[in-house]
Amino acid sequence: MNQQREPLLQVEDISISFGGLQALNKVSFQVFPREIMAIIGPNGAGKTTMLNVINGVYTPDTGRIVFEGKERPRGMKPHHVAATGIARTFQNLALFKGMTTLGNIMVGRTQKMRSNIFSQSIYWGFSQKEEIRHREAVEWIIDFLEIENIRKQPAGMLPYGLQKRVELARALAAEPKLLLLDEPMAGMNLEEKEDIARFILDANEELDYTIVLIEHDMGVVMDICDRIVVLDFGNKIAEGTPEEVKSNPKVIQAYLGEG
Amino acid sequence: MAFFFEVLINGLLVGVMYSLVALGFALIYKASDVFNFAQGDMSLLAGLALVGFLTVMPLWLAILCTIGVMTILAYGTVYMVFRPLLARPPLILFMAAIGLSFLVQGIGQAIWGTDAKGLNIGIPDNPIEFGEIWISSFDLIFGAVAGILVLLLVLFFQKTRTGRALRAVADDHEAALSVGIPLLRAWAVTWVVAGIVATVAGIAWGSRLGVQFSLSLIALKALPVLILGGIDSIPGAILAGLVIGAGENLAEVFLGPYVGGGIQTFFPYLVALIFLWFKPYGMFGKEIIERV
Amino acid sequence: MFYRECGNLKDSYASDMAIFPIPLDRWGVGVMLILAFIVIPFAASDYWLSSIMIPFYCFSLAALGLNFLTGYAGQVSIGHAAFMAVGAYSSLILYSRYGIPLIPSVLGGGVVAAAVGAVFGIPSLRLKGFYLAVSTLAAQFIIEWVLTHWKWVSGGVFGTIDTPALRIFGFEINTATEKYFLVLCFLVPLVVMGKNLVRGHLGRSWMAIRDMDVAAEIIGISLFRDKVTAFAVSSFYAGVAGSLVTMTYYGAANIEEFNLILSFHLLGMIIIGGMGTVLGSFFGAGFMVLLPILINQTMLTFMQRVPSDLRANSEAIVFGALIVLFLIVEPYGMARLWQTVKDKLRLWPFPY
Repeated sequence: MNQQREPLLQVEDISISFGGLQALNKVSFQVFPREIMAIIGPNGAGKTTMLNVINGVYTPDTGRIVFEGKERPRGMKPHHVAATGIARTFQNLALFKGMTTLGNIMVGRTQKMRSNIFSQSIYWGFSQKEEIRHREAVEWIIDFLEIENIRKQPAGMLPYGLQKRVELARALAAEPKLLLLDEPMAGMNLEEKEDIARFILDANEELDYTIVLIEHDMGVVMDICDRIVVLDFGNKIAEGTPEEVKSNPKVIQAYLGEG
Repeated sequence: MAFFFEVLINGLLVGVMYSLVALGFALIYKASDVFNFAQGDMSLLAGLALVGFLTVMPLWLAILCTIGVMTILAYGTVYMVFRPLLARPPLILFMAAIGLSFLVQGIGQAIWGTDAKGLNIGIPDNPIEFGEIWISSFDLIFGAVAGILVLLLVLFFQKTRTGRALRAVADDHEAALSVGIPLLRAWAVTWVVAGIVATVAGIAWGSRLGVQFSLSLIALKALPVLILGGIDSIPGAILAGLVIGAGENLAEVFLGPYVGGGIQTFFPYLVALIFLWFKPYGMFGKEIIERV
Repeated sequence: MFYRECGNLKDSYASDMAIFPIPLDRWGVGVMLILAFIVIPFAASDYWLSSIMIPFYCFSLAALGLNFLTGYAGQVSIGHAAFMAVGAYSSLILYSRYGIPLIPSVLGGGVVAAAVGAVFGIPSLRLKGFYLAVSTLAAQFIIEWVLTHWKWVSGGVFGTIDTPALRIFGFEINTATEKYFLVLCFLVPLVVMGKNLVRGHLGRSWMAIRDMDVAAEIIGISLFRDKVTAFAVSSFYAGVAGSLVTMTYYGAANIEEFNLILSFHLLGMIIIGGMGTVLGSFFGAGFMVLLPILINQTMLTFMQRVPSDLRANSEAIVFGALIVLFLIVEPYGMARLWQTVKDKLRLWPFPY
């Protein structure tokens, strides 16, 4: 783990409050390329808020985000942020229930689609070739995540575990530089968790994706993550390797309470 | 100058009527998250029923019977239309209300006839002189009636147990259920109250314009009022009604001649549109923050 | 065993993504095209052609436009009829006042309607649901007022523009059959293009916006661009439909025909027919065109003469009741019912 590398993402002094509630208070950390980093902390610590800031959904009150060495302009809209190469899954699932699995994952390819409305309406020629090309990429991901048999099913009808996996597929489809996963294993049993953990590791090792994930299951976090950031009541209270964080007294206090 | 005030005050009095109709909308929205497109048609139904009953019974009885009809409508709507649609997205509820409006209008006119009817419940319509300003006694009386009704409604919601229950339902369906408030009955009561409001509006407008199809379009006037005031705000509905009523009248009288008239149809909507751009939730509406 | 799907394996993505992957569907469409282009024009009476088929096609086109906006992209609009009016007036002005040939005039009407629609789509950047619906209502009223009060457009307050003789390349169009073909020749390509749009990337983006727009934006969809596009495309279809129905059915551009009630009827068409489907637009439009006739015929079995009041009220009652009924029972409309029928046929005669 050489600290000489340039960080892929730098979060600097991010503060944001909602109507008097300070959700994040001068939080700073770094994410290095090709690492798996976890953001952990008790409920309400501001973890999802942090991801939302990174995605551009919230504009922080103070602080800045530096991605790939370039400072992000304030107030950049989420779809432009997506164009810089950041993809996301959501804590409470944000699948497009009216579409099939295939449709959902194809939407993940949005950034890469080039054909305009006129060529799409005619379909033959450029648009068709592009659709096929993206379909091939999506099929690769479907194989990767082993969800071949639910391709054509409406996403709203799938069991919860598979829905989570489809959402992961959708994020992978964007071929992002940075993948943000918000509780990808929430509500899953042991076997499902092992599957997802395997997929996350594969994405990191085979595809070289940099991953930041929010997770509550400490076992998983300690197992698969390279580094951890701990938030508590909007403050960062630790950043480091799993061993460092595990023995950090502030972390122990935050999780176990006072005294 | 006096002319300006006359136009203004007449506009305000019309505005009170708008507030009343908007109030009916705001009540139902607050309680059941449904935008009741059928509110205007309910006013039409009330007017038609009243005229029909008046041919065979004295005024006080006719009004009671009309309220009875509106109560039946309220219960029917809640139990047959909105109960089956309980957990559906707002878009669906909105379209259901549109369907309902056609239904109510069709039934009302099928039972009581489609031709315009005069409604005269004995309210004098004499011009009264205030210095240099002329105001019709009818407008004054109905302005007062509407004002009293609004006051009663506010008291009802703030002070009575039923009113508080309804507000709880409006705030959070599940929480209200968990405290033991029967959701559907609360809705039905809300719709009955809205029905009463519709009846008063129906009488007011019906006496003015005659009870006919165009009455249902009055509801569409209330929409900009709701926008301005915030769709779920009672004080907003009141204030915005006055603003729209006055503004519309002023615009028609002072700007109308320059552009060929007919401004009052779209002027409130134009105002609403501009307002929506800067303050999408209206003057007093609650802002909805979506969380991902 | 009519409607088989097994044994129907695809060996390339191209064929899997074709419009009609099931051979029987392809046959079905072929049959419909033959019906539309050959059988109906020669077998049907003039009455059927001009009073039923032509408005059916025109309103299907308009309903399809609304379906793009409301059914696929989830943006409620109750001002759609106004865009039909814009198309009607514009195309007639182009054709009769400026002498532009017929086909470009109709398309031009669509383009003008698209531009106006895009402008009125701008509020969708900030507004959703009820608030957006009100802004479309504003569009309906404002456009109505402009079209009737702007002298250059209407030639006088509440003016109408008459349709002159229709001519393409010198060939005059005045029989019912000729008008029928005119409408059909606009309908078919536009429907095909529309179908391509909704199965492609734009359609998926629209559905993503409809289902969960915050997430769609995070994934990279530009909400503003795609929402305004939805308004523009849907208004284009409305404009062309408005032009066609004026030229071949109403005979004159008259704002009365494109009023608020029509906007409600169009919304009802897509609810009953099936939101978010191309086929549903046809079901809904067909239903609306046939409803008055059905009611009239039904009532004639009970009474000598049907008073127009009663008939109008019955239409309203049936219309409203059906909207509510479909929303409760089958929110995806007749198109979904049709799909269910096809699914059952797929397994017939083995329903288990």
